[in-house]
Amino acid sequence: MKKEYTLAVIVENKSGVLAHIAGLFSGRGFNISELSVGETENPEYSRITIVVKGDDKILDQVKKQLNKFIDVVKVTDLSSVPSVHREIILIKVKAPSSKRQEVFQIAEVFKGKVVDLSHDTLTLEVTGIAEKIEALISILTPYGILEMARTGRVSISRGTGKKGGTFNG
Amino acid sequence: MRMTGSQAILEALHREKVTTLFGIPGGVVIPLFDALYGDKKLDLVVTKHEQGAIHAADGYARSSGKPGVCIVTSGPGATNIVTGLATAYMDSIPVVAITGQVPTAIIGNDAFQEADTTGITRPVTKHNFIVKEPAELPLVLKKAFYIATTGRPGPVVVDVPKDILTAQIDFVYPEKVSIPGYNITVHGHTRQIKRVMDAIKAAKRPLIYAGGGVITSEASSELKKFVKKTGIPVTLTLMGLGAYPATQPEFLGMLGMHGTKTANYAVDRSDLLIAIGSRFDDRVTGKLEMFAPHAKFIHVDIDPASIGKNVVIDIPIVGDARHILEEMNAHAEKLDIDDWLAEIKRWKEEHPLTYKDDDVLRPQHVIKRLYEITDGNAIITTEVGQNQMWTAQFYKFDYPRKLITSGGLGTMGYGLPAAIGAQLANPEATVIDIAGDGSIQMNIQEMATIAQCMLPIKIVILNNGYLGMVRQWQEYFFNRRYSATCLKRDKRCPDICCEPGPNCPKYVPDFVKLAEAYGAVGIRIEKKADVDGALREAIELNKPVLMDFLVNPEENVTPMVPAGAPINKMISSKEDAEAFLLA
Repeated sequence: MKKEYTLAVIVENKSGVLAHIAGLFSGRGFNISELSVGETENPEYSRITIVVKGDDKILDQVKKQLNKFIDVVKVTDLSSVPSVHREIILIKVKAPSSKRQEVFQIAEVFKGKVVDLSHDTLTLEVTGIAEKIEALISILTPYGILEMARTGRVSISRGTGKKGGTFNG
Repeated sequence: MRMTGSQAILEALHREKVTTLFGIPGGVVIPLFDALYGDKKLDLVVTKHEQGAIHAADGYARSSGKPGVCIVTSGPGATNIVTGLATAYMDSIPVVAITGQVPTAIIGNDAFQEADTTGITRPVTKHNFIVKEPAELPLVLKKAFYIATTGRPGPVVVDVPKDILTAQIDFVYPEKVSIPGYNITVHGHTRQIKRVMDAIKAAKRPLIYAGGGVITSEASSELKKFVKKTGIPVTLTLMGLGAYPATQPEFLGMLGMHGTKTANYAVDRSDLLIAIGSRFDDRVTGKLEMFAPHAKFIHVDIDPASIGKNVVIDIPIVGDARHILEEMNAHAEKLDIDDWLAEIKRWKEEHPLTYKDDDVLRPQHVIKRLYEITDGNAIITTEVGQNQMWTAQFYKFDYPRKLITSGGLGTMGYGLPAAIGAQLANPEATVIDIAGDGSIQMNIQEMATIAQCMLPIKIVILNNGYLGMVRQWQEYFFNRRYSATCLKRDKRCPDICCEPGPNCPKYVPDFVKLAEAYGAVGIRIEKKADVDGALREAIELNKPVLMDFLVNPEENVTPMVPAGAPINKMISSKEDAEAFLLA
């Protein structure tokens, strides 16, 4: 059964580490569907968020093989703990003056911002969970999507929860 | 202390107690070789091909337990060691390879003799480093040796640009290093060990399946103690041969594709399979779904990623084999498994390893006599294929680190340079490379290294005029269509031919003349009656000797588990193969 898992991988911030991880996935035939990377609060370490498609057995091997890497310091499976997931999309649609108002309204519904406007195009910036982004793309498709850039998922675990319920922001 | 990068590398090697190095100089590493010139603490062996250097470092490591070290230049020097790194990687062998690199300012510019060494070697090394700041160099070397030799060992590459070699640095070599992303579990979890001992006590048909990890961990004596205490029978993988004495009654022979029928039947009937330092490789398991169908699996391994990779494990223990066996021995008792042992004894009697014993010169006989004449005490390196499998079957290894063979990658051309490393690590030992006529030619140039180092290595060529193992598969499964496997074939031969005969071209090269050209003694043996004399003469001579045994051309390694078959379906002949294909 194909499932989706989100892994947060903390790695030493050195050149070649990202290539090494990508090489692991290609060499062993694991399926990365999304990947995003950036520095952590400690500049010596970077955080790579990887979305993997597979089953429990594959996830187990992915985690173990990642842990084997000398440059990988920690691997957390964020799909198994309460987490917050977000991604950003910049999406450029055809928006001639006759359609522009509709697209503005769609942006408002999705709590997005208009970051660019020209004679016949409009670029929106929207942040949200994957389902929200998918919905936005689906709504905007009839207008004509010229280009889009998605960041891929970033995820972070919710607070420990020992102090009570978590805030669903 | 202030010194150049080159001197720092040598000082680090001294601190790591390295005494022997293998390599070839080149443009970007001239400063390093300059520092090496006249160094009394380091014995530098210059091979004729970088592949020879890396396999020699590997053979040195396997036969001694110490890390092997190799130094090569940038570009083609580095790419020439990729096969050797992959060989060491697949078998978890500690090797540190120092590769030169073009100066830091021109990296990435398609410079002369530049290659993306760290990119190319990443998938075939345990880890690799490129040194961009001179000050990093000593710590990188310390880390390289630490990573290569601890946990599950493996090859580590240190890529050093030329300007780093000539830069001035302050040499500080730490006593210890700690790497945040690298943690090794040595001791097994107490609760798991208890579960293991309970499972063993309850088992009626237990079997130990041990591999190379027992040798790496130096756990042979603990394993022997465990077997003698409990009476549990043992089978070994190719990489594990010698971990338990082959001449002891509890040993069932190697298991897997060319293992003994006894070992494979025992796995098939077992109710508890105790895997120690082995990895459920496809050569061992055959059809995974039908591997040990009645058994619970215990898996002791230092690498957590190895556990549960191929089969579901009932009781996993992550840790060092020797430490875990020590704990197990503290609680081990004799088991009441007489019925099981009787069943195994019957298999041993009914299905010994055999070959036709007549006047024909057969390769198995050569190995058997070699074993007997050397009292099983030689260090044997092999090439790959039939020569390797017959060695595993007919040379009985009682001690670890005596069989030096490329198991995981199966690299032809490994044995000859590995023998150089093994002889240098064990100057008093008799070292013998068992080869086929195909594989010996892949690194034959290292015979010059043998001559120049004056090493009395013996080379046994089982010359059947074919790439034997492939020919066997073609005989069994491809209707004797010997495509590209006849090594005598020349332009005059017909397109289709599978009948070796008196009209065949003469073998090129003449191995005896070639040996003499390389300063070795060359002997050709064509009759079974001459085998003993040749072997004894070779071993007594304190010089390199090459023996060209003209063996039966179409001899097969049996038994054989066909690829994808369950291991209880072994074939021993062409008729068996046909029946298997029809089934």
